[in-house]
Formats: sequence, structure tokens, C-alpha cells
Amino acid sequence: MTEGLTKAAARNIFYGGSLFFFLLFTALTAHSHWYMVNTSTDSEGLTDSVELGKHVWEENMCINCHSIMGEGAYFAPELANVWERYGGHDNPEGARMALTAWMRAQPTGAEGRRQMPYFDLSDEEMNALIDFLKWTDSIDDQDWPPHPAG
Amino acid sequence: MKYETQKVAQPFFMVAMALFALQIVFGLLAATVYIAPNFMADLMPFNIMRVSHTNLLIVWLLLGFMGATYYLMPEEAEQEIHSPGLAYLQLGIFAFAGAAALVGYQFGIHEGREFLEQPFWIKVLITISYLMFLFNTSMTLLKGRKTAINLVLMLGLWLAAVFWLFAFYNPSNLAVDKLYWWWVVHLWVEGVWELIMASLLGYLLIKMSGVDREVIEKWLYVIVGLSLFSGLLGTGHHYYWIGAPSYWQPIGSIFSTLEVIPFFAMVVFAFYMFWKGSRNHPNKAAMLWALGCPTIAFFGAGVWGFMHTLSFINYYTHGTQVTAAHGHLAFYGAYVMLILGIITYAMPQLRRVQPYNQVLNMWGFWIMTSAMCFMTFTLTFAGVVQTHLQRVLGMNYMEVQSQLDLFYVMRLGSGVAVTLAAVMLLYSFFGPSREQVPATSKPLTAAE
Repeated sequence: MTEGLTKAAARNIFYGGSLFFFLLFTALTAHSHWYMVNTSTDSEGLTDSVELGKHVWEENMCINCHSIMGEGAYFAPELANVWERYGGHDNPEGARMALTAWMRAQPTGAEGRRQMPYFDLSDEEMNALIDFLKWTDSIDDQDWPPHPAG
Repeated sequence: MKYETQKVAQPFFMVAMALFALQIVFGLLAATVYIAPNFMADLMPFNIMRVSHTNLLIVWLLLGFMGATYYLMPEEAEQEIHSPGLAYLQLGIFAFAGAAALVGYQFGIHEGREFLEQPFWIKVLITISYLMFLFNTSMTLLKGRKTAINLVLMLGLWLAAVFWLFAFYNPSNLAVDKLYWWWVVHLWVEGVWELIMASLLGYLLIKMSGVDREVIEKWLYVIVGLSLFSGLLGTGHHYYWIGAPSYWQPIGSIFSTLEVIPFFAMVVFAFYMFWKGSRNHPNKAAMLWALGCPTIAFFGAGVWGFMHTLSFINYYTHGTQVTAAHGHLAFYGAYVMLILGIITYAMPQLRRVQPYNQVLNMWGFWIMTSAMCFMTFTLTFAGVVQTHLQRVLGMNYMEVQSQLDLFYVMRLGSGVAVTLAAVMLLYSFFGPSREQVPATSKPLTAAE
């Protein structure tokens, strides 16, 4: 850089500046945590069933095909808004039945179509998974995605 | 090779390259499923291929960082490695943990958060092995000479361990889970790993260009400063759509745009030192990697990152093939090329021969780099089409995917070319050292 900058000065700027930005980042993260728990997510609705549903989601590693809030493998549809896509806002019972039936019917075996494996979920686990997806749909995420298509 | 214990690096490089080969195999399988969806559907579902592909990358890059550290630390600290035995033990634990994770995945044994799928006990083993590594290298550093290269390197490695601890925190609130998940994922690859990258590049440039250490080390501090000043708040570009406050949109957009600067600075740094350098180092292939790494990192991480990092663009491109395109070139440029470059530089010295198989290595460089660029272009086109159809017009996901077949076929083709190049590189590293650089090159005294 400029001739006037010495190595010692560059080092001090690095350490001082990094510490400053780290503290700022930590403070904003703490505020975001608070905001998520109190404002953008439904903390009261985070029932044992939703929590179990998150475990089911993780145990079956859904994230390595699907995405949720845009993060995952992009090989299969976005699921943060699948509740909305299945009409859960207007007809929760219908959406629950349709999602259950869809997952129970896998794999389709259709030639040339991406295959979702069969996951051996109990009724409790299936309901919990859907509760988790329904809860996730309710997160205030700045209106993402732009279309119900996900 | 001045110090006997530098040789502990060699088994690290060998295990890393074996896992690199496996990573490419799983990548090929997954890319095949994209164009033939019934391929192996009953044997190995796509999610298993994908978790194997990504985890192998992370494990072999970490092994590469460790090998590189063991290789350069004695020279930089002017001190033999504290305990070579501990290094081999630590490698054994790490390799066992990685292999156990990989085998377990094939039988559905895993946790389920992306990139952090390793079962709990494997995470513990990884942590233990990594702490042994840090102890061993830090003890070496403490006893020896402190340079900007080894201090920044060790700082990056230690901070990577600190942020890794967030992998053990898995809250039941998905939004909070994601908030801290990025403290591992982003703060590694767009934060502290850049410290590792810049210091390893700095080391290669000191050795090969012959430019004065003071100059290179000053630049090193400037670059890693720029990395962290931009990269820490740059995490904001992952906080746009996960239930975090809206202030992350301006903060993330501004600071992640600034993340391009350190990558550009690394390009200038490498080329400037190359031109300024008086030393005509015989390892031309290593020099090629040392210049290629920051260049491709600038395009993959910098330009491709910037392309979709502004919040009002990311609103449409988030989680499409654009992200996949960026991910592939960024990892290849910044970290894969870095480790391949270090291995290219170190192997002749570890084997106590002149640089050898240079032409084959350089062919490997050009084929692999072109193929990765082509793969990135195909995925970028796929992503742009997907963004338009799905995010602008609102077409159904599966319908959109069926429009992208041509791009996925070309992606598999570039994957085959990467495989070919990998075979060439592995042969050039570990195969017989027949074509040693002729004696007409500048005298050996130039090489350290």
C-alpha cells in the first residue's frame, strides 16, 4: 500500500479493526437473537411437536435435497413455504392430509422424475414434521420467497 | 527441506488427496442423478451423495491446512515440530473420524444440519484431533521465531476452532439455529479461512518470488484486515430471509460488496510480487498455482459472490443454481487451488528431488481450472433461467427444473474433465519423478 504504512501500523490496524467489527457483529447478532425469539418467530407456538418435527427433519437429512428458507441442496423444492403452497392457510386439515399422502406415496418410481425416498415415519413423527413445516411457514422472513412456488 | 520434521506433512497431503479423489467421485454420482434421476435411486439417495461430496471437501481441506502448517512452521519458526508423534496420532484420529462419518452416512447415520451432519461423537473426535494439532503447532511457534506468516496462520486456525464450537449448539427455534449456524459456516469460509489462505499465499510468494519479507508481511496484514473488516458484518447477506431484522439488508449488502476488495488485493499482491521478484524459482507449476489461486478466488468468491449478494437481487436469486455456481468456483479458487499449490510446492522437497512432472502438473492446472470455470458458467445460466421462471414468473419448481437439463448435462461433462485433471495431478504429485526440471534452470541455491 502507501509507502508511509509500516508493518507494525498495518498489524495494529488489523487487530484493532477486527476486534471493533467483531464486537459490533456480536452485538447485532445478540439483538437479532432477541428479535427472532420475541418478534419474527412464534415462540409460544414452538410446541414439543414442532421441536420433534425439527428432529425428524434432521434425522432424515431432508436438507441435502430440499432447501428451507433458501438454504440446502436445491435439488428438491423449497419447504419453508410448503404449508402455504398446499393451501394450509385456508384449509389446514386438507394440507396436512395432502402432505402426509404425498410423503407416504414416495418413491413414485416415475421414469425421468427425481425420486424422493420412502421415509418410515410414525403418525406422530409425520404430524410433528408437518407441525414444524407449518411453524416455519409462520416465520416473518421479509416476505421471502417472492412466489408461493418457492 | 531444511528441517527433518517437515516430513510429517506428507501423509497429511496423501490422505487429503485420497479424500479429494473420493469427493470428485460423489460429485460425479450426484451430477449424474441430475440428468438421470432414477440412477442409483434405490441404492444411494441423492442426499447421501450430496452430504458425502460436501463433507469430504471440508475434511480434506482441513487436512490440507494441517499438512501445510506442519510443512511451513519449522521453516518459519526455525524450529523442529514440537512432537512428530503427536502429529501422526492426530492425523490418525482425524482420518478415522472422517472415514467413520463417510461410512456412517451410507447407512443413514448422521445429524441433519447442512455441512454439520457428523454425528456428535465424530464432532468430538474432530475437536480432539484439531486441538492436538493446535497444541503441537502452537508449541512449535512459541519456542521459535514469530513472523507475520505464522502468527496470522495460527490466528486463523485458532479462530476456526473457536467458531467450530457453534456446531454443538442446535436450538429448537429454526431461525435462531440458522443465525448461529452461519457463525460456523460463514465465519469460516468468508472470515478466518481467509487468514489461512492469505498467510499460505504469502509464504509461497516469499519462497518463490524472493521479494523482501517485510514487504510481503505488511501486505498480508492489510489483506487480512480487509477480509475481517468486510467479512464479519458481511455475514449479514445470509441474514436477509431467515427471520432476522431488516437492517441486515443494507448492512449485508454494503459489507459483502466490500468482501470483493480483499480478494482483489490478493490478486494484485500475488502478481505484483511475481513481477517484482528477482528469484527465478524452478518450480514453475507451484508459481502457476500461486497466481491462479487468488485469480480464480477473485472471480469465484468475489465476482460471483457480488453478483447475487445485494439484498434486492438476492431476494430473487437466493437458493437457486446461482448459489451453486458461486459455491463451486469460490471453494475451488480460494481453497482447493491453495492446497493443490502448496502440495505442488512441497512434494518435490519432501521427496528430496528437483521439481518434477511440471508439464503434467500444469496440464492438470489448466484442464481442472477451465473445467471448473465451465461448470460455473453452466450453473450460472441454469440459475438465471431458474430465477426468471420460478422467482419472477412464479412457475412450479419441478417444471422449471425440467427446463434446465441441457445445463446439467454440460455440468456433468465438465465434472468428467475435472476427474481427468485430478488423475493427472495425483500422478504428478505421487507418481515417479521422471521429468525433473533440467539443470539449465536457475541454480538450486535460489530454492529454499
